[in-house]
Amino acid sequence: MMKTIIIRNGRIIDPANGRDEIGDLVIANGRIAEQSAIRDSKSAIAEIDAKGLIVAPGLIDMHVHLREPGFAHKETIASGARAAAAGGFTTVVCMPNTSPVADNPSTITWIKDRARDTASVNVLPTGAISKNLDGEELAPIASIVQSGVVAITDDGKCVQNHELMRRAVEYARMVGVPVLDHCQDYNLVGNGVVNEGEWSTLLGLSGWPAAGEEAMVMRSILLAELCDHHIHCQHISAAGSVRLIREARGRGVKISGEVCPHHVTLTDAAIQNFDTNCKMNPPLRTQRDIDAIIEGIADGTLTILCSDHAPHAGFEKEVEFDQAPFGIVGLETELGLFIDILVHQRKAISINRLIEMFTIEPAKLLKLDAGTLSIGAKADITLIDPGREWTVDVSKFESLSRNTPFHGWKLEGRAVRTIVRGETVWAL
Amino acid sequence: MTTARWNRKDLLGLRELSADEINLVLETADAFKQVGTREIKKVPALRGKTLVNFFIEPSTRTRTSFELAAFRLSADVINITASASSLSKGETLKDTAKILEANHVDIIVLRHSSAGAPQFLAERLRSSIINAGDGAHEHPTQGLLDTYTIREKKKRIEGLNVVIIGDILFSRVARSNIFALTKLGARVTVVGPSTLVPRDFEKLGVAVSYDIDKVLPTADVVNLLRIQHERQRKEYFPGVGEYIRLFGLTKERAKLLKPDCLIMHPGPINRGVEIDSEVADGNQSVILNQVTNGLAVRMAVLYLCGGIAT
Repeated sequence: MMKTIIIRNGRIIDPANGRDEIGDLVIANGRIAEQSAIRDSKSAIAEIDAKGLIVAPGLIDMHVHLREPGFAHKETIASGARAAAAGGFTTVVCMPNTSPVADNPSTITWIKDRARDTASVNVLPTGAISKNLDGEELAPIASIVQSGVVAITDDGKCVQNHELMRRAVEYARMVGVPVLDHCQDYNLVGNGVVNEGEWSTLLGLSGWPAAGEEAMVMRSILLAELCDHHIHCQHISAAGSVRLIREARGRGVKISGEVCPHHVTLTDAAIQNFDTNCKMNPPLRTQRDIDAIIEGIADGTLTILCSDHAPHAGFEKEVEFDQAPFGIVGLETELGLFIDILVHQRKAISINRLIEMFTIEPAKLLKLDAGTLSIGAKADITLIDPGREWTVDVSKFESLSRNTPFHGWKLEGRAVRTIVRGETVWAL
Repeated sequence: MTTARWNRKDLLGLRELSADEINLVLETADAFKQVGTREIKKVPALRGKTLVNFFIEPSTRTRTSFELAAFRLSADVINITASASSLSKGETLKDTAKILEANHVDIIVLRHSSAGAPQFLAERLRSSIINAGDGAHEHPTQGLLDTYTIREKKKRIEGLNVVIIGDILFSRVARSNIFALTKLGARVTVVGPSTLVPRDFEKLGVAVSYDIDKVLPTADVVNLLRIQHERQRKEYFPGVGEYIRLFGLTKERAKLLKPDCLIMHPGPINRGVEIDSEVADGNQSVILNQVTNGLAVRMAVLYLCGGIAT
């Protein structure tokens, strides 16, 4: 059925087309349409009042864990997609550390089918670099890519063997997908659970030194140069990583980095009561690291914002600190946290740049048909109220899990409506 | 006498205690130490209370000391070890502890290999939680008994030079000593291989030194820590021989000490490693006084916390 929608009087920010103006956006047949579609419409026209709101291309979160198959008690593709919609995301990229691992075409096909049948937003899978994420032999990367992944990564794990990683990057170049690297040197990190520094010393917890990330960021830079192919460093947490990536990008190396909200809003002082919702990998670090990351975002060194949405059941997190799994949920808090800290508090970037980092930047890196309001594009749209004040309340989460340190935080800025292919999948 | 009042149901660590609270425990221990010298060594302070020694990591001396302390306060005591608990069947710490609470246990003395485990229980249970050592975090009753012993022998803490030697990084004893002694005004120096004594310790208000011969002559107290082979990966130091050469309290090195310098060790001792046998048994050694005082200090802690628990 032909369906026409007009979103009226919003501030349309479409970085892909260099557009920032007050106006009306027309959707016809699930795609962005010319204004003339209104006149030509033969059926009723639905109206959405967007006065005072930003009308942005649907946001993309390129780093989430949806836990299905294998861990449906933490999250399902359906519940993760609902959480994404509630956070303003129309597209999410899910990591391969499921059970079974997404290191083969049949698992990836299963994920895509499941997403098609149950998810309210676009779910794009990634495939593993190494079989079973063991870092010992290559997964069938070309077959995985043919089954439809947007990147390869061993996220959660890190290939330690530089030679294997080198071959993976060369192979990925042949089949045309970027490599996403969770940068962690196992020897340096050992059994570290928190940032190595004052708080690990005080609390007697095993330290995870920044050098454990920086060493592998450097490895990624060297291999990106050697193989002339793009490597993207996931969840940057350390000042030294920002410096290395800045220097390499300055020389034209195909390297990039992403940032999660917790790494710019919390320091390792947050662990002082052994709160397992502050246990993440890489760990919370120091104010100096936060400042360096925000500087890296402001000067364009770090180009992508994401959540590393990592749901865990309450009973799994309610254990001794050493034994708790790493990670927090993030889809429903990240936009608010980033707008609040980066745009309002620190004034590091404009809301326009923030939207770029959630749209054209990941779309460009992963070669996605998304992140634009061009005529004819799929009508994936996020309406954002950048000045809206709200309080994080875990009881209202769509995610199956509640593991977040941000419960009760007062934030300024959030999504108020999420539209996928012209259909409103969530509204405040 | 201190005027501090005790209003904690738990003893999780010494970092959170004020100097007044520490002094209150020490003064309470004075009274209980007398009890140990009587013919009838028992007082009815915790009669009708139930105490569980919940030791998820092996321990003989600390568990025995807590058990004796509880007996002398007339509490009923049971001991649970990891292998005999449902933890070995995959039950979580929280569930195991909730079972204890459902049995109306008043006090749980917890030894655990994970830092923060006692706080985890304290936040979830009405029972008193006494930390008997959690990972590399704290061992508050050891810190208190070491402080008690120094105070007993030196009549003061303030202004003393206390040197702690050995594996500081992995030591809960070192941390609890540092917190208590610095709060009471001692000057604390930590000494050991740079891999086991990171500079970050300076942020805890202590001096860091890698030159034992330089710090021994001015020390009023030397507290030696066991080199914990079972915790350490072998890259922390090249071997026991080199450790002894650099940091062992040998007979020769002991000559650098002032005659009235106290030699302490929380045990168990590796004779011939961190300390020579003769030095451990010499007249400056107060190692056995520490054990005796440990009983009095633990009675004080159980009495104070057990009186708060509801």
